[in-house]
Amino acid sequence: MKISVDPEKCTGHARCYGLAPDLFTVDDYGLSSAVGDGSVPPELEDKARLAIANCPEYAIEVVEE
Amino acid sequence: MTDVRPVADWASDFDVLAQEYVNDPFSVWDRLRGECPVAHTDRRGSTWLPTTYRDVVDLAHDIDHFSSIDIIVIPFEGEPPEEPVLLYGIPPISADPPLHTSTRRMILPWFSHRKVDSYEEMTRALCARLVDEFVETGRADAAADYAQQIPVRVIAHILGVPAEMADTFTGWVRAVLEFADDMEGRREAFEGLVTFFIEEIEKRKVTPGDDLLSELLHGELDGQPVEDSLVLGVAALVLIAGVDTTWSAIGSSLWHLATHPEDAKTLASDPEAMPLAIEELLRAYSPVTMARMVTQDVEFQGCPMKAGDKVLMNFPAANRDPEAFDDPDQVILDRAQNRHVAFGSGIHRCAGSNLARMEMRVAIEEWLKRIPDFRIEEGAEVTWAGGQVRGPRNLPVVFP
Repeated sequence: MKISVDPEKCTGHARCYGLAPDLFTVDDYGLSSAVGDGSVPPELEDKARLAIANCPEYAIEVVEE
Repeated sequence: MTDVRPVADWASDFDVLAQEYVNDPFSVWDRLRGECPVAHTDRRGSTWLPTTYRDVVDLAHDIDHFSSIDIIVIPFEGEPPEEPVLLYGIPPISADPPLHTSTRRMILPWFSHRKVDSYEEMTRALCARLVDEFVETGRADAAADYAQQIPVRVIAHILGVPAEMADTFTGWVRAVLEFADDMEGRREAFEGLVTFFIEEIEKRKVTPGDDLLSELLHGELDGQPVEDSLVLGVAALVLIAGVDTTWSAIGSSLWHLATHPEDAKTLASDPEAMPLAIEELLRAYSPVTMARMVTQDVEFQGCPMKAGDKVLMNFPAANRDPEAFDDPDQVILDRAQNRHVAFGSGIHRCAGSNLARMEMRVAIEEWLKRIPDFRIEEGAEVTWAGGQVRGPRNLPVVFP
């Protein structure tokens, strides 16, 4: 699984970082991005799905299943 | 003039300050969603009230038709001053791009995760001190003695102004936001607040400190020094937006835990449940309603909105919409899908949301650590404030 955060949609709610701090980073202006190239280790896939389901801006995309 | 006529028809004549709405807005929204999901009133000017998640989010994202230049739910009455003290309002909350964008970038780093982590220790010590005051007595007003005392002191710390002035700050903020129908009190509070910050700004021109006010004053905006009136506006915003709101969220959370002891037990025994629980409490008891001003005539959901009309950004109702949340009136502490918009939606997402979450979490943790089991005092009255910010103002509780 591979994910990415759309910087045009993200407004900094930081819900993804709160739920899955291993998968997302947040800069000083609140914008989130996926850690590294967005690859999600199998054991964190549930966390990734939780983050996706909680983003109020629908900013997180699954790039690869 | 305060309009105190009882509301006969919520679809065409709603009043967010009506006592029944302050006490129980939830059943009003439920009825409106079925009958008239965007209600209207002419009380305090022509104003629209959306009640569904979809509509509130769409409105928040359409910044061309719905401007933030007037975000106050209960408008000021009387003539505006000829020379406004706050030339730029209280940006970024009261601004549209580009002023919104540049001023928001000035303050966001002060509320980043990194910064907020650095405020946690003082917040925790503050909460523990407050609990010390009443823990032995077996009773407390969880709103007035606890929730109300926390955010104002954290904000004072961030701004670099004396914590001893907490009661004065609280008085100003309540007058501006809460007792909004008292125009005289509101004006006095606003003048007090502005005069205070003008003096604080002058002090920092001579002796800068390690605080938000100093940094704003000595910083740059688009390569230019920041004007005093802009620093003043931003400082006023941080105080006004950072006090009543979080205090209400903490108070509502404690009200919930006092009335749902099984949830208090869960949170007291399982610290890992806290992050999802905080989001759920934010969803179910969202304190803040904002406003937008219609910039040009537009039809929205069949409603003929006119330039100059106001639209209330009813985030609390959006978060109770059954189309967006299963069992919206149930507090499910580990709710897995929760795209709540308690902090707004779109470019005006609350700049202090990380701070608010930390304060809520620490306040609830420190309370439950010492008082895991507590109830509303029998026969005592819980009072609520409403309008722009909803939350308990008196919450008498007892504990063994």
